[in-house]
Amino acid sequence: MKLVVTFSRKAGKKPIIAQVVRDTGVLINVERALIDSSEGEALIDIPDESCALVKERLADLGAAVRVLEDIISLDESRCVDCGACISICPQEVFSFDDDWRLRMDEKKCVLCGRCIEICPHRALSHKGEG
Amino acid sequence: MEKTISLIRERIRDGNARVVTAEEMPAIVAELGEEGALREVDVVTTGTFGAMCSSGAFLNFGHADPPIKMEKIWLNDVEAYGGIAAVDAYIGATQKSATREESYGGAHVIEDFIAGKTVELRALSTGTDCYPRRTITTELLLENLNQAIMLNPRNGYQRYNAASNSTDRSLRTYMGLLLPNCGNITYSGSGLLNPLANDPHFRMIGGGVPAFLGGAPGMVVGEGTQHSPAGGFGTLMVTADMKQMSNDYIRAATMAGYGVTLYMGLGIPIPILDIEAVRATAIRDEDIIVDVIDYGIPTRSRPSLRKVSYAELKSGVVDLNGEEVRTSSLSSFRKAREIAGVVKSWVEQGILTPVQPARPIDPLKSAMPLRETTRGPRVLDIMDRKVIAIREDEEIRAAAQKLLKGETNHLPVINTAGKLVGIVTTYDISKAVVSPGKASLVRDIMKKKVITTTPEEAVDVAVRKLEQYNISALPVVDGEKRVIGMLTAMNLGKLFGRWLK
Ligand code: SF4
Ligand code: SF4
Repeated sequence: MKLVVTFSRKAGKKPIIAQVVRDTGVLINVERALIDSSEGEALIDIPDESCALVKERLADLGAAVRVLEDIISLDESRCVDCGACISICPQEVFSFDDDWRLRMDEKKCVLCGRCIEICPHRALSHKGEG
Repeated sequence: MEKTISLIRERIRDGNARVVTAEEMPAIVAELGEEGALREVDVVTTGTFGAMCSSGAFLNFGHADPPIKMEKIWLNDVEAYGGIAAVDAYIGATQKSATREESYGGAHVIEDFIAGKTVELRALSTGTDCYPRRTITTELLLENLNQAIMLNPRNGYQRYNAASNSTDRSLRTYMGLLLPNCGNITYSGSGLLNPLANDPHFRMIGGGVPAFLGGAPGMVVGEGTQHSPAGGFGTLMVTADMKQMSNDYIRAATMAGYGVTLYMGLGIPIPILDIEAVRATAIRDEDIIVDVIDYGIPTRSRPSLRKVSYAELKSGVVDLNGEEVRTSSLSSFRKAREIAGVVKSWVEQGILTPVQPARPIDPLKSAMPLRETTRGPRVLDIMDRKVIAIREDEEIRAAAQKLLKGETNHLPVINTAGKLVGIVTTYDISKAVVSPGKASLVRDIMKKKVITTTPEEAVDVAVRKLEQYNISALPVVDGEKRVIGMLTAMNLGKLFGRWLK
């Protein structure tokens, strides 16, 4: 399960995620992190069963947490199955099936946005995401 | 054994013709042998669906009252060529919108017309005695036009080289996004289904031959522009009535950072008259070899990184210098296959009937590069020849002093042999002063990765480097990596004074 964690660093430069790993013993996979001097946002991947525990601990430490669902969405009426998105995705989300139709493994997406920018047919977008 | 076109037409009429797609052909030949396949198969159909920039349509709007001789014409703010008579225009696929830039262009106007949407026509004129009107604005549907004749100067490339990028920056090209350090390979084309790959000597494809274009029955006009079959890069000029087209087979697209293009569906039936036609249409993806071109080198003849077959490209990964590199097609094989299938049923139904070319296409031509009678400026024409450099083993203070003299913000750093090894800027030095650490020598604070230019490089290419890397100076180096000049924003200012008068 993927969580978007937003935290302010004004309160002090605590390594929040490292602390949660230590406190909960859950292994957290950081897939994307954007951190500057005042604010940070990280996309983390955790085992589904530890979700509640990790969310609670993050909230205790002052971070805002939301669950990421349906992150990348394909408009099939626009997609022509060209495959331009396949080789540029860092997570290998896209591939062709046996009939040369585009197949997606959305769960692997880390929301880098690259495919949305390059799809020649504007068939890809964020869904349920601002 | 040989067959005639009239025999094939007769079989089609009687419903006895065997029509297959170019994808089915290799297996048929493998099973029946060449003679057997010749007896069995009458027509092989092809198809491709990909970005074809060199596309567009002639439109006739009809006369207004009072009449206007339209000289400047826009369709949804995309300029169409109006230098043909009074109410004719040519809308080109890659023309950008005057207001929406990359996100809308000629291809979108064509797509919107075909989708049945209204398109705004705006035109200006200087006014004449016979055409007094000077402006017009009106909303049009495709059905309101007298003609909308798609005429694409260059479609159906016989094959197209694959693309990669050896530089350390992403490139946004008409071949899609090319990741740094050869991080991916892109290619375009349907391989074994490609029309000209199935008739490389132009024996059956020529002017007057029927073709599927954008969902409409159309025709090959003749050779396309830049037709270069000698090197395996033949092209076709094709036409069809836009009013019969369908958005299933024609789509506007935007290549990020490059611009607007049009995805066209094209398919051509090839009658099988002799053994040579059987052999040509038995082509497999393994047999179609292209170069992987390094788009990181911005010259006309870009180097090839390796040769690769369509079978390898389509497998999804290609080995490049020992690395497994992922591939992306930019064209759609699924659509190409669908088109070959439609062509098959159209041939069976008599919608596309094979004929001998009325106007054969030269199979041996090669395209010439542009003859340039004036040469654009090169770096050596405008570079600063007075180079102030510093040695890597000098103290930071010495660098600061040189920079303080104020003639430059960039110091190329050289080693004892006089070769370029780094660069320091006023900023690097200020940083070293503000937070003094162990650094005391130039080599401790210099940037080791230096973007350089050469005296022979075109200024436009050097300017692109300044923009891409967001820097303001480039050391000019010779073949021995010795700094022989500097190119800065200031030199470019000079350039605009001198060359752009
Ligand atoms: S790049 Fe866009 S149109 Fe092409 S296959 Fe991917 S989603 Fe579909
Ligand atoms: S957003 Fe990034 S990770 Fe997600 S599918 Fe697109 S390219 Fe892949």
